Amino acid sequence: MPRDFVDIFGNPWLAAAAAIAVIMGFLSLNALMLIWMERKVSARMQRRMGPTERGPFGLLQTMFDMIKLLGKELITPTHVSRKLYLSAPVLMFVPIVAICSLFPLSENWVFHKYDIALVLVLAFSSMSILGIFAAGWGSNNKYSLLGAIRSILQNIAYEVPLILAVLAVVLVARSLSLYEIAMEQSPIPYILFQPLAAVIFFIAATAETNRAPFDIPEAESELIGGFHTEYSGMRFGMFFFAEYSNMVIVCALATILFLGGWHGPVLPGVVWFLIKVYALIFIMMWFRWTFPRLRFDQLLKFSWLLLVPLAVANLLVTALVLKLL
Amino acid sequence: MPELIHVGRDEDRDTYYLNMGPQHPSTHGVLRLRLLLKGEEILEAEPIVGYSHRAHEKMAENRNYIQFLPNTSRIDYLSGMIYNIGYCQAVERILGLEVPERAEYIRIICCELNRISSHLLWYGTLLMDLGGFTPFLYCWDDRENILDILDEVTGSRLTYCYGRFGGVTMDVNDEFLQNTLDFCKRFRERLPEYETLVTENIIFQNRCKDVGVFDQELAQDFALTGPILRAMGHKRDVRRDEPYGIYDKFDFDIPTLNGADTFDRFLIRVEEMHQSLSIVEQAVSRIPDGPVMAPKVPRKIKPPKGEYYFAVESARGHFGMFIVSDGTEIPYRIHLRTPSFANLSSLRSVLRGTMIADTVAILGSIDIVLPEIDR
Repeated sequence: MPRDFVDIFGNPWLAAAAAIAVIMGFLSLNALMLIWMERKVSARMQRRMGPTERGPFGLLQTMFDMIKLLGKELITPTHVSRKLYLSAPVLMFVPIVAICSLFPLSENWVFHKYDIALVLVLAFSSMSILGIFAAGWGSNNKYSLLGAIRSILQNIAYEVPLILAVLAVVLVARSLSLYEIAMEQSPIPYILFQPLAAVIFFIAATAETNRAPFDIPEAESELIGGFHTEYSGMRFGMFFFAEYSNMVIVCALATILFLGGWHGPVLPGVVWFLIKVYALIFIMMWFRWTFPRLRFDQLLKFSWLLLVPLAVANLLVTALVLKLL
Repeated sequence: MPELIHVGRDEDRDTYYLNMGPQHPSTHGVLRLRLLLKGEEILEAEPIVGYSHRAHEKMAENRNYIQFLPNTSRIDYLSGMIYNIGYCQAVERILGLEVPERAEYIRIICCELNRISSHLLWYGTLLMDLGGFTPFLYCWDDRENILDILDEVTGSRLTYCYGRFGGVTMDVNDEFLQNTLDFCKRFRERLPEYETLVTENIIFQNRCKDVGVFDQELAQDFALTGPILRAMGHKRDVRRDEPYGIYDKFDFDIPTLNGADTFDRFLIRVEEMHQSLSIVEQAVSRIPDGPVMAPKVPRKIKPPKGEYYFAVESARGHFGMFIVSDGTEIPYRIHLRTPSFANLSSLRSVLRGTMIADTVAILGSIDIVLPEIDR
């Protein structure tokens, strides 16, 4: 029987503190590496070198950039609403840490096994929109506000197909626990049973993380910086940080729901899990550096008129097939 | 706690003004747009220009004809060669100077290379405005080749001062011609790659098709010229209509389309790059030997008293120079009719009823150069 953090530490508060420390450490390292990876991937796709100077293959470049951001003065514009403006980066980050604590990385690497982990993940991931809206509204800037409004509309539009796609998996697995769902996929990952749900999930997840071609809330050629126009220094760094952490979250969720989690031959489970997550992240980066951006109304139409009906149909067919079997 | 955003005019709480520029990532320099918005829909758009006014026309009144030469390529820094050589051709036409044939061929090669580089930059920035960053760098990669080739012979990368009254400053060598041919070959291989990456991309097509359609009346109302006009179905090109230099000796098409939307303007410019490539190749294969400067150029340029108008086709359209001479060394007045200024004027009518995201696509497809608008 695998043991979780609460069993190991005996005290739930201690376990929570340890879990937060582990997650923050992982997320920081992950963001640094992902930003490096994004630079390298984009550079290779654009016939450039990317960072080469600091550390082997420029691996430490992001670290130096982070130091530069930390050294910058934190400017709070006078016209902002201070409470909202200052709390937005934090609001953005809290749900991310919460979600990370729910993921089982392998059979034995799990903070705590919740029976309804999937519901919690979806609930927390909708919360990150609060941070974006606080930033957009609190900045008291028209560009930020437009970015925040777009962000909310986009999140609502893409949350629906995302959840419908997830529901199809829940029907197959007959469980809301991420651990159980991953365990169910021991021989065959669900992507083979639910290819359509997997595609819908991945598209919606890309939109949820505001990544290109769905990076409309922060479309820099239209809205300058979107909701984070007024942020500078490490406060901007936090939004950046959150974006890359969100990528890990949706890709980890996709790995657990569709790619069989940690199951794989030869290598240990955690390694398989991370390989799958980073392969998905690579695909997201590939999207970003290939496609132009959708227009806002096209984006909403794409979700409501194509993804949602498809996801509903997929769900109905899944239910029917399961009933008949 | 400070007051939160005051949205819109007092009498109408549904609408608000958004100031776009002069410092904005996609207003290409220092254009300022004052947008009256309802949600994301544009009710009224007002372009405000003048932020990079450098008084080129006034400077022309204070210096002689030769001293104005370096100014010309700074009017439109993206197709400076065409402006520079166009000005030389205007003055030559007034003085009745004969230009040696080799110089004419060199001018054609350089002008058309410059046209391609200007279109490449437009291509890249349009795609960047639409959110595609990779095509932008592809374009700059190819553009860099042209800049290197032109740098070799003119000594500058952007603001060329290569033309002189009666010819060009320096002869080109075989290496230049070989490099030019190599570029043409390489670029012809690259263009299909652009096609698959951008033109066939469904997102790109959705962003451009039926966006920013120009009404036919606009063409006349605002004297639109260049690729915009040709995308509306009018076969107008100064190179063909009133041939200057030796353009009448070359075989090239004037592409036209009838849709007048952003996608058509995009296709027209891509096709123009093909045509320019073919002109360059023809010129390189036929270039004769000989001098590159006319033997007898007067030391003091004193055009006879009168008013003169001369036009060339720049990368953006009809660039005209209205030169008034009072018979002295210093022009009495040089008025520059720049294509972007006229083309930008139509923006107000085109933007009405579109969305913010379309603004950048339409603006990008008009292909403005701000210093050329402000002059």
